[in-house]
Amino acid sequence: MTAEFDLPFILGHVNYWLFIVLMMTGLYIVVAKGNLVKKIVGLNIFQTAVFMLYISVGKVSGGTAPIFPTDMNVDPNVVYSNPLPHVLILTAIVVGIATTSLGLALIVRIREQFGTIEEEGIYQIERDMAAEEYRLHSELMSERR
Amino acid sequence: MATEVLPHTAMTLHDHLPMLQILVPFFAAPLIVFLGSRRLAWPVAFAASVISLVISWMLLMQVIDGGVITYHIGGWEPPLGIEYRIDAANAFVLFLVSAVSVVVLPFAKTSVADEVAARDHTLFYAAYLLCFSGLMGVAITGDAFNVFVFLEISSLSTYVLIASGAARDKRALTAAYDYLIMGTIGATFFVIGIGFLYMATGTLNMADLADRIGTQGGNRTVEAGFAFILVGVGLKLAFYPMHLWLPNAYTFAPSAISAFLAATATKVAVYVLLRFTFTVFSPAFQFEVLTLQFVIMPFALLAMFAASFVAVFQSDFKRMLAYSSIAQIGYMLLGICLLTETGLTAAIVHLFNHGITKAALFMAVGAYVLRNKDTFYNDICGMGRKMPWTSAAVVISGLSLIGVPGTAGFVSKWVLVQGALEKGWWPIATLVVASSLLAVVYVWRVIEVLYLQPARSDSTATEVPMSMLVPIWIAAIACIWFGIDTDTTLTAARSAAAGLLGTAGQ
Repeated sequence: MTAEFDLPFILGHVNYWLFIVLMMTGLYIVVAKGNLVKKIVGLNIFQTAVFMLYISVGKVSGGTAPIFPTDMNVDPNVVYSNPLPHVLILTAIVVGIATTSLGLALIVRIREQFGTIEEEGIYQIERDMAAEEYRLHSELMSERR
Repeated sequence: MATEVLPHTAMTLHDHLPMLQILVPFFAAPLIVFLGSRRLAWPVAFAASVISLVISWMLLMQVIDGGVITYHIGGWEPPLGIEYRIDAANAFVLFLVSAVSVVVLPFAKTSVADEVAARDHTLFYAAYLLCFSGLMGVAITGDAFNVFVFLEISSLSTYVLIASGAARDKRALTAAYDYLIMGTIGATFFVIGIGFLYMATGTLNMADLADRIGTQGGNRTVEAGFAFILVGVGLKLAFYPMHLWLPNAYTFAPSAISAFLAATATKVAVYVLLRFTFTVFSPAFQFEVLTLQFVIMPFALLAMFAASFVAVFQSDFKRMLAYSSIAQIGYMLLGICLLTETGLTAAIVHLFNHGITKAALFMAVGAYVLRNKDTFYNDICGMGRKMPWTSAAVVISGLSLIGVPGTAGFVSKWVLVQGALEKGWWPIATLVVASSLLAVVYVWRVIEVLYLQPARSDSTATEVPMSMLVPIWIAAIACIWFGIDTDTTLTAARSAAAGLLGTAGQ
């Protein structure tokens, strides 16, 4: 099962290495960046990495595009690539677009309400709100004791 | 796991029930948008939920004694075509989700009118139905990639529904945004996992996947796939270290949505986990057993204590319930980790019982919000006298949350303790009981505030209208009913557990 870890193996799997690099880049941006729009960009890179993984999986060595001739006389010697992962990824792309647009719409609303799209600023406002609530509610509670 | 089922030759409406189960709410959602009428939105949503409930009941009755219904979409044979596959486990989940929806919607009518801006109501109910049909779809499908698609349909609409709480508190927006980021990461991990399984097996049909993983055994690709799926689903079900989105999402969402999500969304995610750990993979797959017992179980136990502990110190009823939900998910995961039929039965029964308990409690929260604007303990103090019916329902469902004998919560914890003792793991059984004591503390705090403290002098709260009280009481009575009549739920859960473990009919 364990293939030798030599140069042909490394070069032969170049798209898988890139998948890992891209995925980690995306994930890093989501975690490390404070700007909400940048987070969405990171999320997009992360999702794109998965598209690459699926498309790589569908490739069959020496395979051609999986389109049958119009007369449907399929030559059994012709190797076709696997179209299924590509179809799956079409669905995933649609999901990705929906997520991105919803995320951006939320950012617009957050900008309207909070006046900033920097995580730090938003957390500061939320912390203040929570502290104010806590002060108000603990004061009232102790008053009546 | 090959079950002898006749090929699909459905021509009557009855045979198309599995498809209608999804299509009715799914087409009702755009219908609401096209009608564009605020008056018609709620009746359409309610009618679609009622039809779903009837269909899911009919499906449950067909499969309760171990039968399996398969439905081939468009007549394409699985594993090539997408298959809907209904056995006792998902019929049970379908019934729970649609029943909760039918109970919560009448409540939502008043509660949403109060908490969500009027111009959003039409779209709100459309998003609600999409969320509902997404959850139903996750439960019904027998195709791994289809699970992802439905999961995203339900998640995307959930983000919208949570954000619609912004009319009351602007933090609903950031809560929805955080959930969007974490939910998407979870869903993407899930889809990577499925990609790995497809690489290793070349199929997406769950039954087919199970066969092929069974024959070829584990290898590193399958193991990586399992790990990715576990993390992905873990994020969705707020499995302890990945729960960070949940408290804010439940606190700032409109109360009706908190009630619906707490009772269904995480439960459906638990179901996905069950389906993948027991149908697609099986406990014969050693890697899974090790992961469950040495990674998931400690976190499940930690969740039971840490989240309950945090819940004790909350000063907001709604947020306290959100933390308690995280703790309760720990019990379900613990049941799964036992990997025995009793443990699984406990997980499935708790999934149902906790669903109705949390639905009752979050709906009561909605009632307090309607009258007091907020649910901080000093807002709702003295409500035992001002809103006697709502508060009595809180007491009943609070007892069920603790697991007092005679309530639904007791039944599931009893089975869970039994399951742990069966394996000889008495320290785990002790921990289950000990963590219930923490539940006593946080539930008692609420009851103390409601009954033993005077109401605020400026409080004008009165009992909420019948349209809210009746759903709250249906859920509260269900907590008692399923605590006394334990046969119905336990039979269904046992049958589901047996089906998942592949021991049906033995």
